[in-house]
Amino acid sequence: MNGVHDLGGMHGLGPIDIEQDEPVFHHEWERRVFGMFLPVFATGAFNIDEFRHAIERMGPKYLATSYYEHWLAAFETLLVEKGVISADEFAARRVALAGGMN
Amino acid sequence: MSANHNRPLSDVEIRVKALESLLVEKGLVDPAAVDALIDTYEHKVGPRNGAHVVAKAWMDPAYKARLLADGTAAIAELGYSGIQGEDMVVIESTPETHNVIVCTLCSCYPWPTLGLPPVWFKSAPYRSRVVSDPRGVLKEFGLELPEKMQVRVWDSTAELRYMVLPERPAGTEGMTEEQLAALVTRDSMIGVARVAVPGQEGART
Repeated sequence: MNGVHDLGGMHGLGPIDIEQDEPVFHHEWERRVFGMFLPVFATGAFNIDEFRHAIERMGPKYLATSYYEHWLAAFETLLVEKGVISADEFAARRVALAGGMN
Repeated sequence: MSANHNRPLSDVEIRVKALESLLVEKGLVDPAAVDALIDTYEHKVGPRNGAHVVAKAWMDPAYKARLLADGTAAIAELGYSGIQGEDMVVIESTPETHNVIVCTLCSCYPWPTLGLPPVWFKSAPYRSRVVSDPRGVLKEFGLELPEKMQVRVWDSTAELRYMVLPERPAGTEGMTEEQLAALVTRDSMIGVARVAVPGQEGART
């Protein structure tokens, strides 16, 4: 089955943006998402194939978001689906972090 | 928004903080372990590992033979192994054939030898186009290959990671392994560049 992630041979996706002396991470939040990779897998809630599939299920948002946003989306999807966190507590925490005015 | 920030958190920052804080409270994530993993891949693991492998292969024909026969084991001989490097295949570029790697389906990359991939490797333009127009893509990286040279593109699978053993440049016969390793760039092990000797034609900074 193909999907939006199956990019080989696709046309019209623009020039390659080559950054000289590129840092390993561009934002602090990318560091945190990367650093959660092993601990999140260590929970045993899901495996690498489910992780990839969760990214592939992003649909059109896949092309509009960055690599570590893909990881974040997969973590959110799977941790809620597997019951590690609840959608309600995750939503409440986001509102609290946004200053309660989300 | 904490006292340490003078701007509101972005949506993605809020999502990451919400997720990490919940996992920490549940005892599933130790922030110190997160910090340690970040430090490893930001400061310790990177393309110098791969350059060591390449220089060793250039100096030692027996090692090169082992590397091409069983990349995972030969790379582990030098102490490099672990996640995203469990099944390594090293492909040798020659005067006849140039090799370049990609992961069209996601962003598979040999972390133990090259570190974390650059953004362009993970991005749609490179992944879509390098398989259909490799010579055009290589030109964007400043690499123009002779017409008679074959170009092979290697697309990772879910399990397998490729790394290119680039051609050893002429004029390096008297160099030590350390001097050779210093010439080997990340891009040459992906295959979007060749290894050049500073001051010689084709050298890139």
